[in-house]
Amino acid sequence: MTRVFVSRDIFSVVLGANAVAAAFAPHATVVRTGSRGMVWLEPLVEVETPTGRIAYGPVTLADVPAILAGTAPSLGLTDEIPFMKRQTRVTFARCGVVDPFSLADYEAHGGLAALRKARELGAAATIDLVLKSGLRGRGGAGFPTGIKWKTTADADGDRKYIVCNADEGDSGTFADRMLMEGDPFSLIEGMAIAGFCVGATKGYVYTRSEYPHAIATFDTALAVARRAGVLGNDFDIEQRVGAGAYVCGEETALLESLEGKRGQVRAKPPLPAHKGLFGCPTVVNNVITLATVPAILTGGAEAYQALGIGRSRGTMPVQLAGNVKHGGLFEAGFGVSLGELVIDIGGGTLSGRPVRAVQVGGPLGAYFPPSLFDTPFDYEAFAARDGLVGHGGIVVFDDTVDLARQARFAMEFCAVESCGKCTPCRIGSTRGMETIDKIAAGEKVAANTELLRDLCHTLKFGSLCALGGFIPYPVLSALDHFPEDFLNPQGIAAE
Amino acid sequence: MAVYEPWNEARAAEIIASQAGLEGAALPILHALQHAFGCVPTEAVPTVAKVLNLTRAEVHGIVTFYHEFRRTPPGRHVLRLCRAEACQAVGADKVAADVRANLGVDWHGTTSDGAVTLEPVFCLGLCAVGPAALLDGAPLGRLDAATVAAALETAP
Ligand SMILES: Cc1cc2nc3c(=O)[nH]c(=O)nc-3n(C[C@H](O)[C@H](O)[C@H](O)COP(=O)(O)O)c2cc1C
Ligand code: SF4
Ligand code: FES
Repeated sequence: MTRVFVSRDIFSVVLGANAVAAAFAPHATVVRTGSRGMVWLEPLVEVETPTGRIAYGPVTLADVPAILAGTAPSLGLTDEIPFMKRQTRVTFARCGVVDPFSLADYEAHGGLAALRKARELGAAATIDLVLKSGLRGRGGAGFPTGIKWKTTADADGDRKYIVCNADEGDSGTFADRMLMEGDPFSLIEGMAIAGFCVGATKGYVYTRSEYPHAIATFDTALAVARRAGVLGNDFDIEQRVGAGAYVCGEETALLESLEGKRGQVRAKPPLPAHKGLFGCPTVVNNVITLATVPAILTGGAEAYQALGIGRSRGTMPVQLAGNVKHGGLFEAGFGVSLGELVIDIGGGTLSGRPVRAVQVGGPLGAYFPPSLFDTPFDYEAFAARDGLVGHGGIVVFDDTVDLARQARFAMEFCAVESCGKCTPCRIGSTRGMETIDKIAAGEKVAANTELLRDLCHTLKFGSLCALGGFIPYPVLSALDHFPEDFLNPQGIAAE
Repeated sequence: MAVYEPWNEARAAEIIASQAGLEGAALPILHALQHAFGCVPTEAVPTVAKVLNLTRAEVHGIVTFYHEFRRTPPGRHVLRLCRAEACQAVGADKVAADVRANLGVDWHGTTSDGAVTLEPVFCLGLCAVGPAALLDGAPLGRLDAATVAAALETAP
């Protein structure tokens, strides 16, 4: 029977993939995969042919007979679709291709070779490879992964831990989720390699509760890996579920939460690499960071390092979200410009109206106007323009957006999610909200704008972590790039 | 529709004991309690405290820190509507306003007939198909007020 591939990623399920898969089932061998990341084409159906997989999408139940008969208009070979062809898929090479629960499929596509290679090379040489690849943490802070691993490996302790940060709280991001749903074994393998390198026998994956589908998928994958002996001998992994606190994505708050406490941020030092989970040396890494390590080991550190620009080496899985025509996941070497991502690849807005702003890097990231679209996707280039790459999410807004409202939301979010340790973050955020309300109402606009800037300064320098420390990015970028949104015409008249 | 168990001390003790052996067992225990009872019942706090070797106040502090833990059981259906930026970019604020008006509840509220509890959520990882929501854990995307109403109507 013909083999047909239909994604089981939640993106696809929400758009009707389960019914489509069921309709094919009596007539074809249906393989449920992860998503290729072309969300606007979901449910995407791929049919196996001697020349490769031919794609159809978005598929409705009515299309099924024609696809089976070979008479439906197709999108051509999946890998030749421009959105796919322009990518350099390293971390997501298998996502959308393999059955996420099949270890045989994983191995047939190069899986588990990296773990064997690490064991051959030994811990020190493997860490050296990770260091040479230039891989930096994909959770947001961009810290060199090899250095983190070496610090943990060198730390004294009979017990060490690998903690995977799957809290993915940033709006506009879903790379961790897609990876866990589409290629979970790469994360498992990456964690096993990390454990081998630093001498840890236990790993935790802390997944946000907002991802019930990913949690279930990953638990199933863990069970498969354990049954096959990939886990359970010298290294095992347990998944833990968060409880709706954004700040628990911050690594020390995450550790507190894993220990069963309130998710409050710890002062650093000590670093988690020295005193992390239950006081033991701990590697905390993002899902994408860990899942990229196997590909680096099999493809070579030099090849990975050769991609990217400046100090941003390798690839970034960029997530196109919000009001965007071609939303989804696009993995490419660092250096692609923001405009290329939003306009050429993303196709502009879904509404068809002009793009007015994009927020990059989640709720703590800056709002950029199209005049900054020449900014290359690169940690340093974004920082130089008072922005963040963060976890690689780009949220597109059309010209109906009100940036004063977005700035207010940033303050509200900070107030709701503050862990409560620092006064500026806990109290200042609410003050910020009130101040923006006054500005929007036209009340003493100049004085209140001044006050808002002061408050941002206090937050930036008086916060223990980046929640309070970075919330000025969205607020000030809104003020600086979109000042007209803070000038209520009635307000000006009243002043 | 989720069906919750009525409060039962012995059952609570059993649930707590089933998770107590884990490292850092607090969250797994609280999740298991909420799964069974629809919330973390106040009556369960002393047992949790005893098992974890914490004071009741400390357990209370943990329960209240996390947005997800409820103190009272929800309505028959729980609608978790995304309020975050990527969904805002495609009209989530209006959807939320319409849904609140149609249901006659504010965030965290339960309709007077006990049918629906409305909870805000900040991102579900469905940011390319927003406005998004989870209805009793099942994902919904590209929402407007009418599709929300239809989903509630047909929810099992
Ligand atoms: C408020 C806040 C939220 C964060 N949320 C996440 C998150 O959801 N996922 C993540 O990987 N890192 C998050 N981080 C960054 C982590 O603190 C940490 O840098 C990261 O997990 C380290 O892994 P990496 O080096 O692989 O990036 C957050 C940081 C802050 C300050
Ligand atoms: S900045 Fe806010 S979230 Fe971060 S430690 Fe301080 S109070 Fe907690
Ligand atoms: S912002 Fe709504 S699902 Fe991500």
